[in-house]
Amino acid sequence: MITKKDVQYIAHLSRIHLAENEAESLTKNLEGILTYIEKLKKLDVADVKPTSHVLPLENVFREDVVRESLSQNDVMNMAVEKNKGSFKVPQVIE
Amino acid sequence: MKNYETVIGLEVHLQLNTKTKIFCGCANTFGQNANTLTCPICLGLPGTLPVFNKEVLKNGIRVGLALNCKINSFVKFDRKNYYYPDLPKAYQISQYDFPIAKDGYLPVQIDGQLKNIGITRAHMEEDAGKLIHDSEIKASLVDYNRTGTPLVEIVSEPDIRSPQEAYDYLTSLKLLMQYLDVSDCDMEKGSLRCDANISLRKEGAKEFGTKAEVKNLNSFKAVKSALEFEVGRQKKLLDSGERVVQETRLWDEAKQITLSMRSKEEAHDYRYFPEPDLVPFTVDQKVIDAARKALPEFPLAKSGRFIKEYGLSEYDADVLIQDKNLSQFFEDCIVNYNEPKKICNWISGALKQELNAKKINFPEAKLSVDHFISLIQKVDDGTVSNLAGKDVLKIMLDTHKDPNAIISNKGLAQVSDEGALENIIAEVVSENPQIVEQIKLGKESAIGFLVGQSMRKTQGKANPKIINQMLKRRILDV
Ligand SMILES: [Zn+2]
Repeated sequence: MITKKDVQYIAHLSRIHLAENEAESLTKNLEGILTYIEKLKKLDVADVKPTSHVLPLENVFREDVVRESLSQNDVMNMAVEKNKGSFKVPQVIE
Repeated sequence: MKNYETVIGLEVHLQLNTKTKIFCGCANTFGQNANTLTCPICLGLPGTLPVFNKEVLKNGIRVGLALNCKINSFVKFDRKNYYYPDLPKAYQISQYDFPIAKDGYLPVQIDGQLKNIGITRAHMEEDAGKLIHDSEIKASLVDYNRTGTPLVEIVSEPDIRSPQEAYDYLTSLKLLMQYLDVSDCDMEKGSLRCDANISLRKEGAKEFGTKAEVKNLNSFKAVKSALEFEVGRQKKLLDSGERVVQETRLWDEAKQITLSMRSKEEAHDYRYFPEPDLVPFTVDQKVIDAARKALPEFPLAKSGRFIKEYGLSEYDADVLIQDKNLSQFFEDCIVNYNEPKKICNWISGALKQELNAKKINFPEAKLSVDHFISLIQKVDDGTVSNLAGKDVLKIMLDTHKDPNAIISNKGLAQVSDEGALENIIAEVVSENPQIVEQIKLGKESAIGFLVGQSMRKTQGKANPKIINQMLKRRILDV
């Protein structure tokens, strides 16, 4: 059973602001999704191999070879606020 | 007052010294200008995919093997979700339920006894960026160069029983990792970082007490001091019937105390799930076997061999193995001059002193085996005194010149020629009639003073043995 409190907690962890009516409709949505999961849980999967990934691939590697990085200028062009070549963000610690 | 047992577990983050980052081709280099080592992958830009660096897996396996762990043949990554400005993707790619290595141990010398400290697990993950708090502009500045630096996190069992043991564990772990050559293990540069969990329990109790996690430990000494402070703090609480609160505390180096970190609200709900951007990996048993075979000789094994093969004392062997390069140099020297004890003394004594004085590591000294041996031989055959030999070494490290050239250029050779010393002996004897009288009356030990006077007159170049003989002959006629 999903409550509005759960939804607000998850929204907070994800730093998403929800209006009151949004929280209510999302609670119903999530409840629906979880009901569906309950259905899946009832399936017999004894013969299905456990998987951690949807693609039938493994061991995709990269050699340890240096590639050119972006310039500081290019990176700073993406910054909303900047200072001395660094991203400027609200103060995190006093 | 009850007696308590201290229970400590350590988490060590080790930055691997691969050429590139863990999931992209940006160079893995410390100390560059801010935000000059980033790319769309490590910045977490939409539409990019991480690709796993082969070398990181190789080193993860080697770290696991060195710590006597079982290596997981199935390797996968997981997302650890949290919001913080140093984490551009708002998640860290880490390993949750299938770490590369688990269930190992590290043998540590504690009070001359070998104790195995359990290793719970070692897993691979990416480092976050660096935040600089700028109080002047009332903002934080983010440098993403460090983002994506490969890390191995090594988690110990709560097997450590005192702050000193924690210190010894870290020293052994660091040395082992330096032998493996997977990291430069420099706490100042942050390539080795340590968090500590500590709790107390009544002696004999089976249950663990409530623990505190201590962070912001910037040196091994800080780890020890912070843990000592925590033992005292928790003991006081327990003795007065209060409870220890489970929390994260920060070490304040200036005040030498730990302080409660205002709890980051629900910070521990990381909502791990399998990383969909990376496929899983399987490690073949053959790869593990080959990696095991290729492991270097470890410090403890090396010290045992030095004692057995070269007849060094336990102390001498232990000093030598503290530096992988110096212990290798020691063996290289012995091949050409089979005097282990002498070579060991020169390395652990004069050479180490000079390296410390110059604040350099041995490889930077660029000292050749031939030069070093020929210096020791010149001291052994009496060409130069022990003292002058140390001066020659100093000059060798500055100029990289052949010791023989230095000895003749600086006129450092000992004077063993009696004819050349005759005048000096005569002078010293006539200048010190009272001492000479004492010696004649049987106080032979006073002769040392005259030897010293003679040495001074020759600026230390005379062979003290010869001087001694000559003085005795002259005064006592023996
Ligand atoms: Zn990158």
